[in-house]
Amino acid sequence: MRRALPWIWGAVGVVAVVAIWELYKWLGPVDGVVLGGIEGQAGSGFRILPRTGDLNMPHVWDMFTRLGEGNGPGTPALWVSVLSGLVLTLGMSALGLVIGLVVGVALALAMQRWRVVEWGILPWVVVSQTVPLIAFAPIIARMGTQIDKAGFPWPGWLSVALIASYLAFFPIAVGMLRGLASPDPIHLDLLRSYGAGYGKTLVKLRLPASIPYLLPALRLGATSAVVGAVVAEVSIGMPGGLGRMIIQLAQSASADPALPYGPIFGAVLVGLIAAGSVALLGAILRNYRRGEAVA
Amino acid sequence: MRFDTRPVQDAVPAVRAVGVGRTFGKRSKAVDAITAVDLEIAAGEFVSLIGPSGCGKSTLMRLIADLDAPTSGTLQVFGKTARAARLDQEYGIAFQQAGLLPWRTVLQNIALPLELHGMPYAERAERTEQLADLVGLTDFRDHRPDQLSGGMQQRVAIARAIAEKPRLLLMDEPFGALDEMTRERMQGELARIVARTGAAAVFVTHSIPEAVFLSDRVVVMSPRPGRIVAEIEVPFGKDRAELLRESPEFFAKVTEVREALHGAPVERANER
Repeated sequence: MRRALPWIWGAVGVVAVVAIWELYKWLGPVDGVVLGGIEGQAGSGFRILPRTGDLNMPHVWDMFTRLGEGNGPGTPALWVSVLSGLVLTLGMSALGLVIGLVVGVALALAMQRWRVVEWGILPWVVVSQTVPLIAFAPIIARMGTQIDKAGFPWPGWLSVALIASYLAFFPIAVGMLRGLASPDPIHLDLLRSYGAGYGKTLVKLRLPASIPYLLPALRLGATSAVVGAVVAEVSIGMPGGLGRMIIQLAQSASADPALPYGPIFGAVLVGLIAAGSVALLGAILRNYRRGEAVA
Repeated sequence: MRFDTRPVQDAVPAVRAVGVGRTFGKRSKAVDAITAVDLEIAAGEFVSLIGPSGCGKSTLMRLIADLDAPTSGTLQVFGKTARAARLDQEYGIAFQQAGLLPWRTVLQNIALPLELHGMPYAERAERTEQLADLVGLTDFRDHRPDQLSGGMQQRVAIARAIAEKPRLLLMDEPFGALDEMTRERMQGELARIVARTGAAAVFVTHSIPEAVFLSDRVVVMSPRPGRIVAEIEVPFGKDRAELLRESPEFFAKVTEVREALHGAPVERANER
């Protein structure tokens, strides 16, 4: 019962979102609510509540039935193309996370080892996150094309993974740095009393001690990598993934309002898989998380 | 020339400090943690350092452990520099907090120093089992520190400290965080273990009865600047039973240490 409780509350949360959606659709004004609109002038004022017509807010069940239908007779069902987009986006996110993990951990190790490196690099790491992805993505894409032209094959998915890693490495670098610096002075004294040098202290003490800090950072990094991959697909125009599909299908929304929700559900699923994988990793490494506050 | 059958090392004192001082901070802000400490501890001798907070007893222990370096004087451990003694694993150490690694089991914690120094697995496993048995934790061998009481954790720390059969034990208030009953039981166990291993010990404590019960000699320190003000021999032999705590000789020694200790705070009050 204890173990089932979080699952039950999770299900209640999902049901609540669906209920709020349908309840508002049922009770809300058809034209929504607009503040400060000028009579006869379209698009004026602030719309604080959306329209509730089927065109703007399709029923939740319609979104799901739409997933089972194709785009006309003889075409495969929507969920098939969503699934293939999901696999591609998930793969690029995962690769982005791995690159982010390697870069983040390497940066954290260097920053922990040498204060000078921390002073020199940490501000740049922070500044790097203020550069908008939309500005940054085309640069990566162009560099990829240049490298490709120079004779080294550089597929589009590599650019997307690289852009995803750009979002993922940040929480990992910062979390890992804190984790590496987290051992008690008493533990450091102990290792010193054993005559253990940097390498042994790292392996026996700093790395295991950093795991409770790394795991939440990894969870942030994983979801950032998914967001990064979806946005990167759109901004470099790479076909086949969920990001591109969301934009494409949104264009047919006026004729088929339930259609774009298919790839959106796909993106949610990718995020859940990413977070779930980190939770699984946390369960495997649970012995390293003792004494950690239950979050 | 007389032929000496004892091992050479017995002639070498475990610790020899001559004029040792440690100053923290610079120039006008300099604070003398300890000054001009002369101390010699024979091999196999149990010495307690006692004194009020800030008298530098922990600092002195950290100097002997080479966790910190003296700013003046010379310090030798078994005839070597403190650094060489540390690298040669001449001492085992225990702190006020047990300092166990939370992700390791009892056995894995005890095995840590052995593992770091490359003892082969089979030998290590055997030694670790022996040590767990010695401190009475065989039934808890696969528990992790958060599943143990404070007393048990401290016993693991002591087992870890003696894992490599050091000739010197350094202990900084190892029972400071324990309740009185656990504390007395742990003192009995420590006395037994130390008697069995024949190691010398430097034992930092706040407790007068604890110092008297365990030590061959009690070194009384005084603060500002930290220095040694008295040394009291406690000639009760190595084999000490719990009954000792209730004997008149024991109380006499406790009184003697207390008087030596209170000589210092009076001075401190005058300074204010």
